[in-house]
Amino acid sequence: MKTPGKILMQVLESVGKKPATLNYPQEKPPMAKGFRGKLKFKPEACVGCMLCTKDCPSGAIQIKKLGEKQFQCEIDLSKCIYCAQCVESCARKALEYTDEFELANIDRGKLKIVYSAQPPANTQPPTNVQPSTNAQPQDPTQK
Amino acid sequence: MPNKIRKLPDSGDVQVPIGPQHPSLKEPESFLLTLRGEKITAASVRLGYNHRGIEKACEERTYIQDLYLIERVCGICSHAHLTCFVQAVEEIAAIEVPKRAQYIRVVVGELERIHSHLLWLGVAGHEIGFDTLLMYSWRDREIVMDILADLAGNRVHYGVTTYGGVKRDITPEQIKDVLKAVDTLEERTKYYIELAKNEETIIKRLSGVGMLKHDDALRLGAVGPTARAGGVDRDTRRDDPYAAYPEMKFKVVIDDHADVYGRTLVRMGELMEAYSIIRQALTNMPEGVFRVRAPRRIPAGEATGRYEAPRGEDVHYVKSNGSDKPERVKIRAPTLANIQAVTHMLEDRYLADMPIVVAAIDPCFSCTDRLIGIKDLRTDKKQTLDWDNLRLSGIKWYQKRGVDFSRLNEKLKRSFK
Ligand code: SF4
Ligand code: SF4
Repeated sequence: MKTPGKILMQVLESVGKKPATLNYPQEKPPMAKGFRGKLKFKPEACVGCMLCTKDCPSGAIQIKKLGEKQFQCEIDLSKCIYCAQCVESCARKALEYTDEFELANIDRGKLKIVYSAQPPANTQPPTNVQPSTNAQPQDPTQK
Repeated sequence: MPNKIRKLPDSGDVQVPIGPQHPSLKEPESFLLTLRGEKITAASVRLGYNHRGIEKACEERTYIQDLYLIERVCGICSHAHLTCFVQAVEEIAAIEVPKRAQYIRVVVGELERIHSHLLWLGVAGHEIGFDTLLMYSWRDREIVMDILADLAGNRVHYGVTTYGGVKRDITPEQIKDVLKAVDTLEERTKYYIELAKNEETIIKRLSGVGMLKHDDALRLGAVGPTARAGGVDRDTRRDDPYAAYPEMKFKVVIDDHADVYGRTLVRMGELMEAYSIIRQALTNMPEGVFRVRAPRRIPAGEATGRYEAPRGEDVHYVKSNGSDKPERVKIRAPTLANIQAVTHMLEDRYLADMPIVVAAIDPCFSCTDRLIGIKDLRTDKKQTLDWDNLRLSGIKWYQKRGVDFSRLNEKLKRSFK
């Protein structure tokens, strides 16, 4: 029968139900398996082939050579589009994505993440890792 | 085109610009309507407010980088655009895509259609003031979004298709999850069809609105549900099958209402077909590899990809010159094919019908926008602006009106360096 207000039953059925929305950020949704979030770099695996830098569609990832087999990776989270092409391009599996997604920051400098290899004990620490970029050097092996 | 209301001297009709800001949908496009009282006597549309230069940008990037750029032509049909482009490149490079990958492309493509049509149903409900429908259809749409996130790693830009196959395989558990979700969605869609056929508010509001009859649809080159609602029996999935569609059994849904109501029924019918296609693809999915190696340099040649996106046929033309960057990319998004029909549909209708008529083609203006050439009407001189000059002329325009943005501009420039 054609009548207006057909959807009313649906509405009434929903009255006692709990809301379809989540109480974020108190309640965090589980991220899907394989979700492409913030990247992680394993300096010990990198061989400096630069394929990740070449393939990155947004120029978000830079690899710098610190010394013999020592590479540092700088990722600009404000440029990264979380496409994981770099993860795919890396034959050495030096890059991987995590399910971290709460990356907003009002300080632009904090969006630059530097993953640095531990400099060998007998050399000077590289000059290009500086706190002046507001970067937070992180050692993923200690995470 | 003057962007102000004016009275036409001879007929007494009034010209009213609608847009470019928020002309019913939240995307910029400009419509100029000529009104006699409440009735629209003539309508024209002007594209170009959302031009992003994607085609040009593609030529500057490698094929691999283009995957992500092409995907961003549209947020809703991201898989459609990407697959269409990749198909063209694969044709040039003569890459044989494994069967399993073809099936996965179909599954994701149909899930995307479900997501798009449910989204449209909500938008259409909203445009006719039926927000209850918006809330329920978008709640149900979350089911398919979650499934897509699970399969692809993201809710919106899935990035599933790549040259030579797909990036991720589907596991048996995922197949189970998808089948379960499809069952729930099918139940819900049956309810919406029931609702669309019996709810008088919907029938009365949508019937006879935005008429586009069979012949007009053909003449104006309409595609997708917009054309099929007028009885045009066309669907790229059947007429020029790609991926695993040759092995799928499905019906092309057509309707003879030729109005917005017909378009609603067509989209709902397509949802039911999509569920059936997904079931077929998942149960008959062949074993084997899901990806083959593709070269970084694509041999010289040209090809056209065709794909039935949720909004209609999408066409990508790619020309390669043997390097790792395409020489030319041309995108014809379905909205560009349908936008001419909108002006026809608006004529002789009431002004209040405009939002739903525009929304009924399910437009995506950012996919559609093209380069604007600036022509000085007095001197007939043509001019092209690059970014910096465009910004400069914007600043000058505001300076004349007493607002100075130059300092802010400098600051922004510095912070983006
Ligand atoms: S995820 Fe994509 S955008 Fe981000 S660094 Fe890797 S390749 Fe670049
Ligand atoms: S692709 Fe991998 S190995 Fe090569 S530079 Fe990047 S992180 Fe290092």
